[in-house]
Amino acid sequence: MRFAVPIFPGSNCDWDCINGVEDVLGEEVQPVWHQTSNLDGFDAVILPGGFSYGDYLRAGALARYSPVMESVVNAANEGKLVIGICNGFQILQEAGLLPGALMQNDHLQFRCDFTTLRVENNQTSFTNQYKLGETIEIPIAHGQGNFTCDPSTLKELQANNQILFRYAGTNPNGSLDQIAGIMNRNGNVLGMMPHPERAIVDWMGSADGTRLFTSMLQAWKENQGAA
Amino acid sequence: MLHESTQTVAQAVKTMANEPTPENIRDQELYRNMGVLPEEYDQICGHLGRLPSWTEVGIYSVMWSEHCSYKNSKPLLRKFPTSGPRVLQGPGEGAGVIDIGDNQAVVFKIESHNHPSAVEPFQGAATGVGGIIRDVFSMGARPVALLNSLRFGDLESPHVRYLFDHAVAGIAHYGNCIGIPTVGGEVVFDPSYEGNPLVNAMCVGVLEHHELQKGVATGVGNPIIYVGASTGRDGIHGATFASEELNEESEEKRSAVQVGDPFVEKLLLEACIEMVKKEMLLGIQDMGAAGLTCSSAEMAAKGGVGLEMNLDLVPQRESGMTPYEIMLSESQERMLLVVEAGRENEVKEVCDRWGLQSAVVGRVTKGNRYQISHQGALITDIPVNTLVDDAPVYQREAKEPAYYAEFGQVDAYEQVKEVDPQAAFYKILGSSNVASKRYVYQQYDHMVRTSTAVRPGSDAAVVVIRGTEKALAMSTDGNGRYVYLDPEQGGRIAVAESARNVVCSGAEPLGVTDCLNFGSPERPEVYWQLSKAIDGMSEACHALSTPVIGGNVSLYNETNGQPIFPTPVVGMVGLIQKREHITTQAFQQAGDLVLLLGDTKVELGGSELQHLVTGSISGRPPVLDCETEQTLQAALLEAIRQGMIQSAHDLAEGGLALAVAESAMSGKCGVRVDWKNELPTIAALYSETQSRVMVSVRPEDGAEVISFFRERGVPIHEVGIVTEEPTITISYNGQVVVSDSLASITKLYEEAIPCKMRASSMN
Repeated sequence: MRFAVPIFPGSNCDWDCINGVEDVLGEEVQPVWHQTSNLDGFDAVILPGGFSYGDYLRAGALARYSPVMESVVNAANEGKLVIGICNGFQILQEAGLLPGALMQNDHLQFRCDFTTLRVENNQTSFTNQYKLGETIEIPIAHGQGNFTCDPSTLKELQANNQILFRYAGTNPNGSLDQIAGIMNRNGNVLGMMPHPERAIVDWMGSADGTRLFTSMLQAWKENQGAA
Repeated sequence: MLHESTQTVAQAVKTMANEPTPENIRDQELYRNMGVLPEEYDQICGHLGRLPSWTEVGIYSVMWSEHCSYKNSKPLLRKFPTSGPRVLQGPGEGAGVIDIGDNQAVVFKIESHNHPSAVEPFQGAATGVGGIIRDVFSMGARPVALLNSLRFGDLESPHVRYLFDHAVAGIAHYGNCIGIPTVGGEVVFDPSYEGNPLVNAMCVGVLEHHELQKGVATGVGNPIIYVGASTGRDGIHGATFASEELNEESEEKRSAVQVGDPFVEKLLLEACIEMVKKEMLLGIQDMGAAGLTCSSAEMAAKGGVGLEMNLDLVPQRESGMTPYEIMLSESQERMLLVVEAGRENEVKEVCDRWGLQSAVVGRVTKGNRYQISHQGALITDIPVNTLVDDAPVYQREAKEPAYYAEFGQVDAYEQVKEVDPQAAFYKILGSSNVASKRYVYQQYDHMVRTSTAVRPGSDAAVVVIRGTEKALAMSTDGNGRYVYLDPEQGGRIAVAESARNVVCSGAEPLGVTDCLNFGSPERPEVYWQLSKAIDGMSEACHALSTPVIGGNVSLYNETNGQPIFPTPVVGMVGLIQKREHITTQAFQQAGDLVLLLGDTKVELGGSELQHLVTGSISGRPPVLDCETEQTLQAALLEAIRQGMIQSAHDLAEGGLALAVAESAMSGKCGVRVDWKNELPTIAALYSETQSRVMVSVRPEDGAEVISFFRERGVPIHEVGIVTEEPTITISYNGQVVVSDSLASITKLYEEAIPCKMRASSMN
C-alpha cells in the first residue's frame, strides 16, 4: 500500500504522519510537495496537521487552492482513502470534500490534551479494527476544532452513520454533537481533529491510534482482493 | 573632546538630510537618548578618529548595550565554568553545543524577552520564542523542544492577569504554529514581578557533529546574503530598550517591540536546515537583538575580516526607511548568511522553493572596516572590532544590602509554627505557585513531532531522539525568593534543583544555559546580588560537572525604581541513555513503598508556607551543600539505571506534603504516609530543605534499595505506601494531618489557577 503525505510549507505534523505509517504499518509512504498536482500511483492520502500557509486567514482557506489539493480531490473521487487530521480536516472542509466547518474553540484558547473518543461506527475503512462503542485515548492540539454544521447536515451525518468519533469525556472545543471525526457519504474520506499519529506507542501516552492505520491497510487489502 | 585616533582615518561619511549632524550630536549630547554615556561617546570618537554620524552612534549604542556586550556582567560571567570534555561550543555563538555520543550533539539556549513582554505581552513573548528558535537553528540544529520560565505579579491584579494570559497566548501562537513542542517550564507569581514580568524562553535542538555552524564571515569577496522577512520599522533600538529600567514612559516604547510571524520562521527554519544539510554555508547568524548591525558586525569581527554592505539591497517593508532604521530594526525572522562566491544561486533556489526572499547585500572585505552605503553614499565606516571587542566593561560597586544582615536575625519557623498543619496543606495546594499549571501548558502543543515521552507536569520533560535509544531530559528552575534572601545559596539551589529534576527523570545532567534576570547593576545592592548569585551558581556547576554553555543577562528589571527579586533561571539538559530509564514523578502501582532520600531540616525561610502565612519572605533560605547534592544525584541516577526506582520526585516548594500529593495525583493512585521523626510537624511536612527526593519502589526491592542508598551515604527514610484506595492520607508521628479523597485534592490543585483567571471575565 502506498501512502502520500502532502506537505504545505506550514505543515508540522507531516513527518509525524510519515513516521506513523512507517512505524505502524511498514508500508511505503512518500512526502508530496504542495506544488505537485499528480497523486497517481498512491493508494491513500494523509493530509497532515499544521498551519498550511500560516492560516492567518481561516484555517485551510488558502490550502484548498493549492495544486496538490486538485489531485487530492481527484483521488477522493476515484475512491482512494483520504484522511485529513486537524489542519487536514479543515482543508478537506474548505475543499468541499467534507461538510460543516470548524470554528474557534468555544473557550477561545488553543487546547492540547489527551481526549477520550468513542468509536461510533466500526464498519468503515478507518475504524474496522476498533470495537463499536469502544473508548480510545487520542490527543488533540488545535485552536479551531469546534465542529458545526446546519441542522439538516447534522441529521444526515447521524442518519448515515458518518460520525466515526465523538468526544466521550469533556467536550474540549464546543463541537456540535460532540463530533470529533466524520467521513463522507462514500466512506472513503475521513476528517478528524484528534491526532492518531500521536498515539502509536505506549511512551506517547497511548497506542490507540495504531488501529486507525491498520484499519486502512485492512480495508485496502480487502478492496484489492475484491478487485 | 576628540581623542587622538588609534585607527587609520577612513573616508568621509555622509550625514543624511533629516538627521542631526555629528556636531549637533556632540554639542547637544544627543547620544544620551540612545543610552550612550559621555565617556562612551568619547571612546567612539577615539575609535573613529572623527565625530560619529547619527547612524554610527546608533550602531555603537546597540553593540555596546548590556544586551549585546554584557558590559556590566562580563567580569562576573567569567567565573562560570564553560568547558568540559563534551562541550563542543561554549558561550559566544547563537547557542551552546554538547556532545551526546553517536556523532550527535544537543544545542540549547535560554533568553529573556522581559521588557517587550511588559509593554506588549502577546508579541513580546511570541518574538522571544521566535528569537531563541533562530539561535538554535542558526547553529545548524533541528529544534526539538521549547521551554519557558515565566514570572508575574499576583493574579489578584487584573493587569497581571492580562499580562499572564497574553504572554502565554503569544508563546502558544508562535510555538504551536512553527511546530516545535513546548514541553516544559515554570510559572511563578510574586508581587515583585508586578510591573516587570519575566518571559524567558529556551530552545533545545539536535544536530550531527558535521552540521555544526558558526556565525562567522570568512573569505574575502564572499557574498553576504540576507534571507527571510523584510526589514520594517519595528523593534528599532530593542536592545537598548532592554537595557533600561521600565517606567511610565515605557509604554511609548511599544514600537521597540517586534511583531512575529511564525509561518515565515517555519519557512526560514526549513530553508536553513536544508542549506546546512547541503553543506552550503560558511557562516550563519540570526538577526536578533540589534538586527542587521549585530549579526554582520559579529560575523566580521569573529572572522577577522571587514565587510561592505549596500542597504539599498536589503529587502524593505516600506519605502523611505533611513539607514539608521534599516541598521537598527529588529524585524523578526531574518538570517544573515555567508557562502562561497559562486554559490549565490544555490541559496536562491532553496529560498525560492520555500517562498522566502533572499538578497546578496554585501561582500566580505580585507581588513577591518565595517562600511555601509546607502543610495550611493558611504554612511558608516567603523573598525569592526571596536564594535565587538572594545565595548566598555564596567566593574560596578557591590554593597551588601541592609536587609541581608537583618534577615540573619529572623527565625522563619517562629513565624509559622502555630499554623495548623492541615490548613497549611490546603493553602499551599491551592496557591498559584504550587497549583497545577495545566491552564498554561494545555495551550501549548507539547506533542507535535511525536517525540515527547514525558509531558509537562513532571519534574523534567523528556523528548526521545528518533532512531536511537537516547532521550533528552530538560528543565528550567530558579527561585527568586531564595536568591533574594541569600543570593549565593539561591544561586547554588537554582543549579542544583534543575539538575535534580533532570536526574529524577533518569538523565545525567550535561550542562546549563542561564538567564540572569536582575535589577539595575548601577545599584550596588543589585550588583552584590548578581555577583553573589553567580558565585553560588558557579560553585554548583563545578560540583555537578555541568558547564554553562550559553545564556543571557537581563539587567534593569525594575519598575519605577523598584527592582525585581534577583532571578537567575537555569535551563538544564540531561541525557537519558536508554528509554527504559525514563522515570516520572507519578506513583506507579499500589503496594509500592514510598521512600524519602535526604534529611529534612527546619528550613522555612523563603518557603511557600512562609509567604502564604506572613505575606512576605524573610530569614535565610535553605542551605545547599554541593557535596551532599552530588552524592544524592549520583546515587539516584545509578539506582534508576539499575531499574530499582518506580517514580522519583524532587522536593521543592511546599516540601514533603506537596511532593506526596503531586506524585499521587500524577499517578492517579492513593497514598498513605505514616512518618515518624523528631522534627515538629510543620517543619517535617513543609520545610523546603534541599537535596531531597521522594521515590517509590516495588515492595520486594525495598530492603535492597534502602541498603543501596545507605552504602552510598544517602540518608533514606521509609515514609509510606502507594494504595489502591484513591485517598491521600498523611500522618506524622501517629497524628493524621491530611486525609482526603484523591478527587477532591486534585480538583483543588487543578482549579486554583483557572478559578483566578475566570475572575478576569467579570471585570
